[in-house]
Amino acid sequence: MAINELFNEELQVVNIGLVSFKEALEATDYAVVQVDWSPPAGGDERVLDALQRIAALSKGA
Amino acid sequence: MIVKGVRRSGEYYDSVTLMLVARKLTEADGVDDASVVMGTPSNLDILRAGGLFPETFADATGNDLLIVARAAREEAVDAALAQAEVLLQESKHRKSEGGDHLPRSLEGALQKLPGANMVIISVAGRYAARLTEEALERGRHVMLFSDNVSVADEKRLKALAQEKGLLLMGPDCGTAIINGAPLGFANVVPRGKIGIVAASGTGLQEVSATIANLGGGISQALGTGGRDVKAEIGGVMFLAGLEALARDAATEVIVLVSKPPALAVQQAVAARVRGIAKPVVAILIGGDPEVLRAAGAHTAEGLEEAGYVAVALARGEDPKAATAQLSARREALRGQAEELAARMSAGQRYLRGLYSGGTLCDETQLIFQQELGAVYSPAPIDPAFKLEDIWASKENTVVDLGEDEFTVGRPHPMIDFSLRTKRLVQEAADPEVAVILLDVVLGYGSNMQPGEELAPAIRRAHEVAQAAGRTLAILAAITGTEGDPQQRDKVKAELEGAGAMVLPSNAAAATLSMYIVKCLAGR
Repeated sequence: MAINELFNEELQVVNIGLVSFKEALEATDYAVVQVDWSPPAGGDERVLDALQRIAALSKGA
Repeated sequence: MIVKGVRRSGEYYDSVTLMLVARKLTEADGVDDASVVMGTPSNLDILRAGGLFPETFADATGNDLLIVARAAREEAVDAALAQAEVLLQESKHRKSEGGDHLPRSLEGALQKLPGANMVIISVAGRYAARLTEEALERGRHVMLFSDNVSVADEKRLKALAQEKGLLLMGPDCGTAIINGAPLGFANVVPRGKIGIVAASGTGLQEVSATIANLGGGISQALGTGGRDVKAEIGGVMFLAGLEALARDAATEVIVLVSKPPALAVQQAVAARVRGIAKPVVAILIGGDPEVLRAAGAHTAEGLEEAGYVAVALARGEDPKAATAQLSARREALRGQAEELAARMSAGQRYLRGLYSGGTLCDETQLIFQQELGAVYSPAPIDPAFKLEDIWASKENTVVDLGEDEFTVGRPHPMIDFSLRTKRLVQEAADPEVAVILLDVVLGYGSNMQPGEELAPAIRRAHEVAQAAGRTLAILAAITGTEGDPQQRDKVKAELEGAGAMVLPSNAAAATLSMYIVKCLAGR
């Protein structure tokens, strides 16, 4: 079971979002990489809605 | 008033960073109001309504970072805008500290750290499901901190995680401890023999911190998000977590923490508990644990008790001694309440609980309900006690300031204490108030100077009450450990120095409050 394998591995983390979560892991000596994430479509909600509709349509097809 | 703004295209910052920058600007000398937001349509509406909308923002888009300040003097506005630039630069440095160039995508991050086995996602809810799916498809476990993920997405993503044998903690999973690492809002606890599965974030924190403070340790603490144990999700991750801890050789005692699960989920959990040889402790906040008790689980009345019972079991001791110790303390609190109540004025009668942890707020409601009846709250146990105006308390009231209606446009109250310090002084001015109760949640992710920030408000609250001839009891409970970056003992000393009584747990603080209110009602 993969969850139990995780318990026996060294925890290594990718953090997408709040920087404080990355800092907590660094402070406690865990390997972590921060993603410099920004919203798709530059955060333009109208463009994003359109893209999500297209994605939903192509999934349905 | 002068309103000036700066607009910068193509720069993105997370909402917590922006809210903290905006808060610093509003605290600056001479500044009337300020805001730092991305130019989404809803944010533009908020700026317009708040009188923070210079003409240059007219055609702003979600791709623009908007910084705006309002003040009587132009120099104050200019100083605020300059300060914002400095603070935003600092946050950029924080982000890339220790690294050269940051990857822009999960794929890029995995090239940099191919051994990564966990992805923490805390972006706005509408983007979170897609990122979670990508992480699971790439075979990584996920902690999904974001909320506002739909039930349909949660269901679909948890089925995918299950199919791949992966953990999907969340959505709305605030905390977890994996292999000793604090994830999200988490306390620093030693490693040990006790494993936790929790569908409640502050519940997990209170139980794990209690265990640590009693000298015990945690093997793994898995969060599932509160909705996991509801009928629509069916406890998928709660059961997967239980299974993993049952098989984990390092875990000798298992603690289950949840608000009342759907009956079918409780039955499924009970069926699995029956087959587990390790001791299982269950705390269902406000639920009937009979199904789990019948399956052989030790059931606890409160979060602290669950920690006490788990530590006793991990040491091979009879948990009855631990519960007897808590009963004895209860009697001592009753005596202490009588002494405190005797010093209060005739009109003082009520409790005001100002919480940042939702489950702790629920626990206090339950402790009151058992002996005194329901209390008012925006999220009451008894629907008849719904607080209509969340900004104005009534009789006995407890509020969770982390509820959505309080957090619009501001960081969570575990990070930003401004709403709580203001309300604390407001409650102190009410002649009917006898007790004010606070939770102080330590750990990574939370406010780093809780004692320093709360102390002036606690002093002010006492002054306000004393000026009107009243003696107020301000009680606090700290969820946290000496290993936390804020250091429990240091915070305790700061709160006590300001005139708060610091109790060993939320259950103790709520019990003492309840006895004080009971004494006052009976005189």
